[in-house]
Amino acid sequence: MDQYFLRGFLCGPLRTSAYSALKMRSNAAYAEVRRGPQRNVLAVMVLLMLSSVVAAQKKSSCIDCHIKLDDPRLSAPAKNFEHDIHRGRGLSCNDCHGGDPNADTSEAAKDPRKGYLGKPRTVDIPAYCGKCHSDANLMKRFNPSLRVDQESEYYTSVHGKLLKAGEQKVATCISCHTVHGIRAVSDPLSSVYPLNVADTCAKCHGNADYMRAFKIPTDQVSKFKTSVHAKALYDKQDLSAPTCNDCHGNHGATPPGITSVANVCGQCHARQADLFQTSPHKAAFDQQGLAECITCHSNHGIAAPNDQMIGTQQGALCVNCHANGDKGFTAAGHMRSRIDELIASIGKSNDILSLAERKGMEVSKPKFDLKGATDALTHARVLIHSSSTAEVDKVVTPGLDVANKGYQAGLDALAELSFRRKGLAVSLVFILFLALLVYLKIRQIESRQPVAKEN
Amino acid sequence: MRATVVKDWLDERLSISALSAIAHKKEVPVHRHSIWYYFGGMTLFLFVVQVVTGILLLLYYRPSAENAFESVQFIVTEVKFGWLIRSIHSWSANLMIATLFIHLFSVFFLRAYYRPREMTWVSGVVLLFIVICFGFSGYLLPWNKLAYFATKVGTEIAGVVPIVGRPVLRFLRGGDDVTGATLTRFFGFHVAVLPATATVFLAVHVLLVQLHGMSVPPSLRNQNVRKMKFIPNFLLRDLIGWILAIGGLAALAALFPWELGEKADAFAPAPAGIKPEWYFLFMFQTLKFLPAKILGMDGEVLGIMAFNIVALLLFIVPFVDRGPENRKRTLFFNVIGVLALLYIVVMTVIGYAT
Repeated sequence: MDQYFLRGFLCGPLRTSAYSALKMRSNAAYAEVRRGPQRNVLAVMVLLMLSSVVAAQKKSSCIDCHIKLDDPRLSAPAKNFEHDIHRGRGLSCNDCHGGDPNADTSEAAKDPRKGYLGKPRTVDIPAYCGKCHSDANLMKRFNPSLRVDQESEYYTSVHGKLLKAGEQKVATCISCHTVHGIRAVSDPLSSVYPLNVADTCAKCHGNADYMRAFKIPTDQVSKFKTSVHAKALYDKQDLSAPTCNDCHGNHGATPPGITSVANVCGQCHARQADLFQTSPHKAAFDQQGLAECITCHSNHGIAAPNDQMIGTQQGALCVNCHANGDKGFTAAGHMRSRIDELIASIGKSNDILSLAERKGMEVSKPKFDLKGATDALTHARVLIHSSSTAEVDKVVTPGLDVANKGYQAGLDALAELSFRRKGLAVSLVFILFLALLVYLKIRQIESRQPVAKEN
Repeated sequence: MRATVVKDWLDERLSISALSAIAHKKEVPVHRHSIWYYFGGMTLFLFVVQVVTGILLLLYYRPSAENAFESVQFIVTEVKFGWLIRSIHSWSANLMIATLFIHLFSVFFLRAYYRPREMTWVSGVVLLFIVICFGFSGYLLPWNKLAYFATKVGTEIAGVVPIVGRPVLRFLRGGDDVTGATLTRFFGFHVAVLPATATVFLAVHVLLVQLHGMSVPPSLRNQNVRKMKFIPNFLLRDLIGWILAIGGLAALAALFPWELGEKADAFAPAPAGIKPEWYFLFMFQTLKFLPAKILGMDGEVLGIMAFNIVALLLFIVPFVDRGPENRKRTLFFNVIGVLALLYIVVMTVIGYAT
């Protein structure tokens, strides 16, 4: 019997004093046990003792009864609880609902004198969960890194405020986390796993009938699923891509106001947000009461940005506010033309380098260097948020230099290829001529030689 | 006048005229199979090309994981005619292996290994394996992605051989994985160990060819066969072949420069459809076709063991097939040769097609 076997056996189901006691004595006792033949006898005794403790710990008359009930509303909690994270941490029905799980009758198990609380009212649910989840000392025992402000944050949310005001249809803890089958956020089957959050919110926010009384749109999730964020989240399985709670908050869920929306987007798009704050648009948007980022990019159905959004042509967003002749109109046209110029230059360089590559020339270095121009293009697209033509020019001009160098490298490679081919043609003429000379020499030699024969 | 003095001075010390007399005495039979005599010389010429271009590459090549790729990139882009030298080295290596295979099969089918040329055959087979090792070790040296993963797969195959596999793998790689340590030791094999070994066996092989002369195929031994002088008649014909080979190599280098690819990255995923060099493809394809288990044994291990046995059998061919007297045995060896050739061609074609 190995110490590690004992430890593994004890750790899983119990985490009880039995293991602690054994652990305390383990150094001395285990050394003793290993020495003599009595170690097997002792091990068997420990196992028997532990199995009886396990049997006693696992008794739950709540589950035993509820799992057999025909009414699915009553049997589901017992069935779902099997996968619940709380069960995995050693908690049972009575830890939330009170009562006596060791009692053999329903009446005795649900005796209010034994602290039986029963099913909480909707309005009581946050406090019901908060009993443990708001208790820092208690939660440390299970997960020291888990936050304990969910309940207080919840009451700052629109959901929490409405609940306090007596609204029963708002989301509480169990609306999002489910009940009796609660899983860890990191569990892909959890209703609050990043890939599942939008559908969880949509249960209410996508249901027009359910939301009618609140008079808010119900197309947020369907729009979100067409967005660039959803593409990253669902198509690329990029769990860092935002879903509902990343912008709205989770326990303190609330729609960001006009003044705070830039802060929400700026959590990830920090550079763009900073540039916008220094741009002339900042004051103008504030003056007109426009929300910052979403005025151009929209909110839930944010499409991947493209160069058509800027400029003075039809369909560009700039012309929604700027008219021909004003400063912004000129700046938009200038920034767009510089970006177009850089794109064309990169394309031209790429084409010629790819052509040289297809013809077998080694151009990996200039191709790599050309990435500098692509970086400049990306940077310029970000700098648009400053609305400053000077800032955009500062990166476009060196980007054009890099692209032009790439083009020149492509031209050089093709010139080198042409040189090689011409050189080959000349060399082959010499080589063939030399071979011909040797052939003529052989003819000359053999015309003078007698033919030898083998017998 | 002055040249005669120098010649006499050297002759007195090096017996040049005696060596020259031996060389001038050598004759080459002329018959309908004479064309195959040229492939030995062609292989030797391509080996010399390898040595010369290899030395030139050494002037710039840096054998480390950090610098190898960049140094080859420098050779093909910055060094004057570096592209030509590197491409010729790569093309010539492949052509040399091709001419070596042709030489091997022509000697096999023309029974040029019959007594007293058994040791010529054995030294030739040793040279074949040395050249294959040259190919395997040289392939990694540019330290590009394809070479990196091909070496990984190649050394893994060596590693599955029972008992010795694991130590061989660790010896080849210089550790458990293909790293800069592998590159350094492959470089050592490629430019020191293998050239030294090849030089010894090449000297023995050429010396034996000179000693025994060219073999006349058994089917022609009872006929009157014309002969030509090795010097100058045959050598000048060889020379035409070598000159044309230079032209061919130059054309290949100029029109189809040998690709450099992307730098090796141990953390990158292996490229899809990765294949070894063409001369390993028939073995690679065989291993792919073999079932996972054959009679309870690992199919891949059995395949590798089978190839090792075939390699060993190659050495003993002249000691089993000792003369044309036993017609059944001759027929058996002909069938084996044709089947082996067909097998190599078919498996290589399948390997490229799939």
